[in-house]
Amino acid sequence: MLEQISIFLENKPGRLAAVMNVLGKANIDLRAFTIADTTDFGIVRIIAREPEKALAALKENDFTAAANKITGFTIPDHPGEMNKVIEILQAGGVDIEYSYSFMGSRPDEADIAIKTKDNEGTEKLLKSKGIKIIE
Amino acid sequence: MNNEIYMPEIECAPRDEMELLQSYRLCRQIRRVYEKVKPYREKMDAAGIKPEDIRSIKDLSKLPFTVKQDLRNNYPYGMFATPLSEVVRIHASSGTTGKQTVVGYTQNDIEIWSECAARALARVGGTKNDFVHVSYGYGLFTGGLGMHYGAEKLGATTIPASAGNSMRQIQMFQDFGSSIVCMTPSYAISLIELMRENDISKDTLHLKSGLFGAEPWTEEMRREIEDGLGLKAYDIYGLSEISGPSVASECECQNGMHICEDHFIPEIIDPYTMEVLPAGQQGELVFTCITKEAFPLIRYRTRDIATLVYDKCECGRTLVRMLKPQGRTDDMLIIRGVNVFPSQIESALLSVDNKATNYFLVVDRVNNLDTLEVQVELRGDMFGDNVRDVESYKKKLKHAIDSAIGVGVSIRLLEPKSLARSMGKAARVQDNRLIKNKFEKK
Repeated sequence: MLEQISIFLENKPGRLAAVMNVLGKANIDLRAFTIADTTDFGIVRIIAREPEKALAALKENDFTAAANKITGFTIPDHPGEMNKVIEILQAGGVDIEYSYSFMGSRPDEADIAIKTKDNEGTEKLLKSKGIKIIE
Repeated sequence: MNNEIYMPEIECAPRDEMELLQSYRLCRQIRRVYEKVKPYREKMDAAGIKPEDIRSIKDLSKLPFTVKQDLRNNYPYGMFATPLSEVVRIHASSGTTGKQTVVGYTQNDIEIWSECAARALARVGGTKNDFVHVSYGYGLFTGGLGMHYGAEKLGATTIPASAGNSMRQIQMFQDFGSSIVCMTPSYAISLIELMRENDISKDTLHLKSGLFGAEPWTEEMRREIEDGLGLKAYDIYGLSEISGPSVASECECQNGMHICEDHFIPEIIDPYTMEVLPAGQQGELVFTCITKEAFPLIRYRTRDIATLVYDKCECGRTLVRMLKPQGRTDDMLIIRGVNVFPSQIESALLSVDNKATNYFLVVDRVNNLDTLEVQVELRGDMFGDNVRDVESYKKKLKHAIDSAIGVGVSIRLLEPKSLARSMGKAARVQDNRLIKNKFEKK
């Protein structure tokens, strides 16, 4: 399972820069980064190589940040591969709350993160269908 | 245009005659309340003042002040000066902690209040030939019934429309021939907007004037209301503690509100030193009720900031005028006519999850309607990883505040520590309406 860190941000200029500044100074290596936005606030989600260190740095600088587990898996970087995963999830009755993709460990692979209600169950399901889970 | 003066012998009385009348009534009132109202007796005893020390209005400043907390401490009937069997009506206004301020009236109090409201209607051209359309809320709020009784006293045809159901209000304007309206200025603005949306021309109405009060409004709104409804718009002032609407109101000169000072003696004090300030200086408005029987407040601090002008008005009245309230000395906000205290919002926030939350209030006026934005710092424990939870937390906050204060607010969530921790209570509010007012005063 992947450790994700979410950060609450007001929708105003300079806030994202402030987050990146903190992470940069703490020497945090980011693997994934995405923003969910509404009209007046946004949630930044990151996957870092050292999540505890990243979370500590953010909290120290008074950001509202929370850590949680999400499911990560690796698929071949090839048309139709994501479809296979979605079909498995659909057949298993699993709802995706949100999802994003990030740089694969190898050039011919893609890494995907998904958030579902029951991450453990989702991992088990995907594993049983031969999908490569990021541990 | 000169409107007929309802009570010329009072409203145009020379200053020395008015002071004589006030002195007589004040001495009588002080003797009464000393005898009948324990809190007054205790305060006067503590200050070493006997009723016989009050011989004229010059002695008024010797008397202790009465503040809202006194009313709360003696809730509900502890400050009444007559047996409850003499009380024929109760009104109440919203309070900070759910406890309302309860006021009572004898038959004679209702008579006097009605007479004051009739004066106010006459000042804006009202006669028995008019159709007075009352769109203030009827109920515990004094607005509706106060103007209603005044209109009947005047002999006008009274239309007790109350507030709400706006399309029907406009229909009544058209069909019933309403000539004078009484409502909050913000409700007038919303009616004008509704007329615009429905392509209803002001020429289909027969309005000649209106009394607009219960909330602060600007000269810009006056122009907008006069233009939108095709009438002359006048300011009216009142508070339930003193009686209700028509403690003071404008005449055709639209240059300050004449106070019914034969019933309510006004003073302006410095809210910090408590010293009485000379005429023309701005300070906190204080009223003493010299004719009220059931609920006579003595030197009641209204918390409204105003100025008194004693020059004779061009309309012929000599009654002292108060210039529009210029704000408050406490933290009460008036949002769309509703009294709102920041402490109500604080306890509503607390009720959501039992944890103190840092907040800031921004009041504004957008398209002539008051808005209240509640900015709340999002605490770490209220945050997970998804938008839905944050949105539902926002909704919970909004619901709690809306139902606590009776006014719809918008919520803005802030990052922690965006609001300075050391801010005092006064700095919890930013009222942009005041900033705009100042700017408008050229």
